[in-house]
Amino acid sequence: MLKDLITPQNANAFVGKLGDILVKAIDQPLEYAINWGRLWSLWPVHIETACCSVEFGAASSPRYDVERFGIIEAFGSLRQCDLVVVQGTITRKMAPRLRLVYDQMPEPKYVIAMGACAITGGLYFDSYNVLPGIDGVLPVDVYVPGCPPRPETLIQGCILLQEKIKRMKVR
Amino acid sequence: MSDSDTSIQETETKPVVENQQELPKFEKDHSDKITAKFGSKTEIAFVKPDRIRVNVKKEDILDVASFLRDELNYDHAESVTGVDFPADKEIEVVYHLGSYTDPQLNRQVLSLATRAPREDDPKPGNDSTKLPSLREIFYSVEFHERECFEMLGVFFEGHPDNRRLLLPEDWADLPPLRKDFAIKGR
Amino acid sequence: MTARLPPGLQLEKVDDRIMTLNVGPQHPGSGHMRLIIKVDGDYIVSCDPDPGYVHRGEEKMAEYRNYITNIPHLERPVIHDSCNILYPYCLGVEELLGLEVSERAKYVRVIASELNRFTYTLYWLAIYGIFLGHSTMFMWPAGDRELAIDLLEKLTGARVTHSYFVPGGVRNDLPANFEDVCLRQINYLEKRLKAYADIFYDNPILIARTEKTGVLSREDAIRLGTTGTVLRASGVDYDVRTKEPYDVYDELDVHTNVLKNGDSYDRSKTPWLDMLESCNIIRQALEKMPKSGSVRVKLKPNPKGGNDEVYKRVESGRGSLGAYIVSRSKPEPYRVKLSVGSFRNLICMPYLLKGEKLGNMPAVYWSLNYWPVEADR
Repeated sequence: MLKDLITPQNANAFVGKLGDILVKAIDQPLEYAINWGRLWSLWPVHIETACCSVEFGAASSPRYDVERFGIIEAFGSLRQCDLVVVQGTITRKMAPRLRLVYDQMPEPKYVIAMGACAITGGLYFDSYNVLPGIDGVLPVDVYVPGCPPRPETLIQGCILLQEKIKRMKVR
Repeated sequence: MSDSDTSIQETETKPVVENQQELPKFEKDHSDKITAKFGSKTEIAFVKPDRIRVNVKKEDILDVASFLRDELNYDHAESVTGVDFPADKEIEVVYHLGSYTDPQLNRQVLSLATRAPREDDPKPGNDSTKLPSLREIFYSVEFHERECFEMLGVFFEGHPDNRRLLLPEDWADLPPLRKDFAIKGR
Repeated sequence: MTARLPPGLQLEKVDDRIMTLNVGPQHPGSGHMRLIIKVDGDYIVSCDPDPGYVHRGEEKMAEYRNYITNIPHLERPVIHDSCNILYPYCLGVEELLGLEVSERAKYVRVIASELNRFTYTLYWLAIYGIFLGHSTMFMWPAGDRELAIDLLEKLTGARVTHSYFVPGGVRNDLPANFEDVCLRQINYLEKRLKAYADIFYDNPILIARTEKTGVLSREDAIRLGTTGTVLRASGVDYDVRTKEPYDVYDELDVHTNVLKNGDSYDRSKTPWLDMLESCNIIRQALEKMPKSGSVRVKLKPNPKGGNDEVYKRVESGRGSLGAYIVSRSKPEPYRVKLSVGSFRNLICMPYLLKGEKLGNMPAVYWSLNYWPVEADR
């Protein structure tokens, strides 16, 4: 009688139902675990644009120490990084290259716009060569205002990004 | 060589005319050597402590520059600046020359200025805004002249590499530092 | 060649031996600057620098703002050395407007300028360490730099973009008790600087990597018109603070450090020696400063210069920084040109990198004290 029950159609339905139950049981903690892994090891690309790069460098210094959050500037290639911190003014000459850098990073990737120049063009809003903000080029996750933002502000921006990642869907 | 305003303002830019006895001695001797050799081809615009300015026409600038390098021991150019005077229809290029080797000239910066005609509607490649390049005489002006070329549109004849340096590759507008190029909203 | 290229790029066939390498705008270094290098195996055949990725049009913007509102954006090319880049501009505007600066303001300016030399050079040393893979040499200067930034924050209120120098003096006077705190921190900083010799300058790996690479002879340094530490490492004794003293440098005892060889090792050592010299200058200035006095001149609104021009220069961390200001009886300057040390030293790059091995490129490139944002203005 058992052999009559296990037909191909029944087996498909059974596996499908089992999959649904498993997804409901494990998905939530699995997502939590994956997101936990991601947000404590954000590796930024080495893309030090203009003025704000000095404060980003100061954030990596022993006093503010952004490495304790896992944000280590990995000095390999950008193919293994997942965070782009756009530090400063992006000019018209640099914009296509910035997009090229962003496209080469593997998923999942996040963007922090640091400094007033990256948000809206800042002090250089009327210059002939400056983009008024990088919103047209990259999808930005967190905006960190300031000119330049203090390292503590940048760290708060990174923590905000971590909060955002916690709530993201993994797939 | 002042702007095209009234003659009252002309004397303001030429302190040489106003108070002759207050000119600093070393700089006056220095500028006298230049006028002794070139006479009316050069014009000493001012003689201030540590700063002398010589205006030449573009045909004579190579001779004057060679004289400055060989006889007066100026060995490098600190910067090359282009200034746009649309009222005079001219673009002025100022070379600031200094000397590392001559201890008496360590404080001096000599401004060598020349003017190029300017057209209101420039056709790139065919206009008359050309100046001879000083790269053979002062090698250090190489990148400065390239920047002056792209920012003001002054073509330097004899420069091996008149290319853009700072502007984006697809810049198709007027040279930015000209006065008729207005930035947005102003 | 089966993958499709993104739009805007094309393939070209070049030489079979010579390969074009883009040390592109994004590189594990600092700042956006491209070097188009042609290599033959491991040797660099030619190098073509391509700056301009951070060109923000400072000089054009300066023509639309008046003399005082020009200050915040003219200090942005080198924000951690912002006092030194405003210095020649303020000196020039003071000459154009005919302003007299008080003694005390001059001494305060000298102190702020030398403190900025610390913040700039320590950041440069930190990045130099990272370039060569010496991460302790990143952490030590980056941490010690915070001491100098603390002093500047007490003095001006901001960490980096100080906007402290104005035509006529400085914005505000020294806070109470500043002299004692400054002396203590400078003494401690000097001890820390001397410790760098143990980990960096006497380090056999650094010596092996940088000695005899990128040699710039004395005649070439003069002919190419280099400036600053690049010039002094090649044997030319020229420092604007001693040759054409501005403010109160003629009353202070400044010793110029000149090294003979002109290779990357000397170019990396000269800024460190200059920093040790800055400690002495700050101590002398604190001693000789007049104890009281005003530090700022009250200006009329919208001051105008006459029909005049002025060229002033100052010694910054990268070399002699000059400001050429042309004024024509309006509240805005007619033309402002900053002649910066990084742009003047740019010509060394194609000159020195030709014939070098590719592995030596980071050491030579960063030893030229090139800050891309400043060169592009």
